[in-house]
Amino acid sequence: MNAVRFVRKLLPHPRWAVVSVPYLWLLVFFAVPFLIVLKISFSRLAIAMPPYTPILEYVDNALTMKLNLGNYVALFTDSQYVQAYLSSIKIAAISTLLALLIGYPIAYAIARLSPAARNIAMMLVVLPSWTSFLIRVYAWIGILKSTGPVGSLLEKLGIIDLLQWLGLIEGRQILYTPLAAYIGIVYCYLPFMVLPLYTNLVKHDHRLLEAAYDLGARPWQAFFRITVPLSRAGIIAGCMLVMIPAVGEFVIPELLGGPDTLMIGRVLWGEFFNNRDWPAASAVAIVMLILLLIPIVIFNRVQQRQLEGRLT
Amino acid sequence: MSGSRRRWSTWIILGLGFAFLYLPVLLLMVYSFNESRLATVWSGFSFKWYGELFRDRQMLDAAWISIKVAFWTASAAVVLGTLAALAMTRMRRFPSKTLFGALITAPLVMPEVIIGLSLLLLFVSMGQVLDMTPKGIVAIWIAHVTFTLAFVTVVVSSRLQELDRSLEEAAMDLGANRIKVFFLITLPIIAPALVAGWLLAFTLSLDDVVIASFVAGPSSTTLPMKVFSSVRLGLSPKINALATLMILAVSLAAVIGWWLMYREEKRRQRDMQLALQGNG
Repeated sequence: MNAVRFVRKLLPHPRWAVVSVPYLWLLVFFAVPFLIVLKISFSRLAIAMPPYTPILEYVDNALTMKLNLGNYVALFTDSQYVQAYLSSIKIAAISTLLALLIGYPIAYAIARLSPAARNIAMMLVVLPSWTSFLIRVYAWIGILKSTGPVGSLLEKLGIIDLLQWLGLIEGRQILYTPLAAYIGIVYCYLPFMVLPLYTNLVKHDHRLLEAAYDLGARPWQAFFRITVPLSRAGIIAGCMLVMIPAVGEFVIPELLGGPDTLMIGRVLWGEFFNNRDWPAASAVAIVMLILLLIPIVIFNRVQQRQLEGRLT
Repeated sequence: MSGSRRRWSTWIILGLGFAFLYLPVLLLMVYSFNESRLATVWSGFSFKWYGELFRDRQMLDAAWISIKVAFWTASAAVVLGTLAALAMTRMRRFPSKTLFGALITAPLVMPEVIIGLSLLLLFVSMGQVLDMTPKGIVAIWIAHVTFTLAFVTVVVSSRLQELDRSLEEAAMDLGANRIKVFFLITLPIIAPALVAGWLLAFTLSLDDVVIASFVAGPSSTTLPMKVFSSVRLGLSPKINALATLMILAVSLAAVIGWWLMYREEKRRQRDMQLALQGNG
């Protein structure tokens, strides 16, 4: 009996097991990999397997460390990289704004339905994102192609001419232009915008708006001065959920965007798979992470409060 | 009058929103029954591409690999995600909780190319240091558990927050220990969230192309990798047929899941009413 008690004392308390299992998993498979990416971003490309030089070497009985900054120098001097970063941020930011402009009215309309209808409507919003992402991107290839049913309809309605006149597309079809990438990103990420907005909007106290109306506010005034400020946390969460992954998006620009849609996710993919330059790919990843660090920290704080149930 | 106008605007917004979300997918499904090889020109109704799909050995093999990986990913992610959700919602303070919170929420938004690259480099380094490189299916499984874990945690923790703590406290007052309370009270109540989390992890794993491409190596090809390489070359009616089958399966599962949850909710409300009447 005493032995059992003794062993129990040595073992960690069950509540520590609860934290430590997922904690260890995430440390090993999520945190440590970033350190390795950082390490390899300072090494040189080598014709070997794995294709990079070691940073720490044992030469003449001394441990020497060779840091190679060449990969980072290339990132800032080669205009192709700089342009890829800038255009990724631009594409992600505009897509996020479009998703917000489309998603907010949808979330608002759903939040005002009856409770039973709300659940069905939210299920319908989320349902497409349960089907394959790849397939939803693929669906747009058929739509945006000039020979497709929608493409020829757009041609007949003069929308293609209009888009060309606006300078949004150059050829006779929307597919394989940056515009197609915008459409793809908004389409695929829209549920991630609507979900946090709805979660926030549905909790609003309707009496606040009624009070504003009683005090003589017009509906749009009440909307912009009460509803929008109150939904700030939802707006931030939704925008971060769309923007951060969109910056590093690879599949959508690759399948819809054509060669002109330069995005950093494609550059990283190309460095890794086509050039087999792992150190360069690592440096691209590190700079991308640094760019995304502030948005990720903002998102983490909002999300962590939500996980702990501290969000109103 | 203002009320009915508001009603109209609500329905117009919802109509347009759902048209945008659903028309592309519906069009894709319609064209899977097109006889022509040109996936954009309609020439007649046919099941021919479904036949072609089921004769494609490589596609079927890839689908089987994907389903296996998704099953084991979802199962592991539910266990780890539930533990993480318990830690986040129930444990007020523990060392480096902020770091844990960051690790659990960052995968929700981390670009897939970064997760894929970093895990591959980890696996290669493990090979150098420990002489043990996770390869193929195992590598994909580890990668998928890592990024789906966060989604399960979100789903389970929102259910844990809604849970009425007095039920657990009552059981503890009656002499049950913490482990017994967890398995007899907490687990049955959060079970719907575990099912939802499992399904979410399953579909996320079944869907991933970027991370799997980085870590899989040449020996194993998942279904999304196969689809991606054929879609890159343009439209293919066979992919439309595959997409249609996947969409139908997911919709069916969603409707059944929703109906089960709806029935459960109704039953619980009725039970509660009966209990109240019994007391009164």
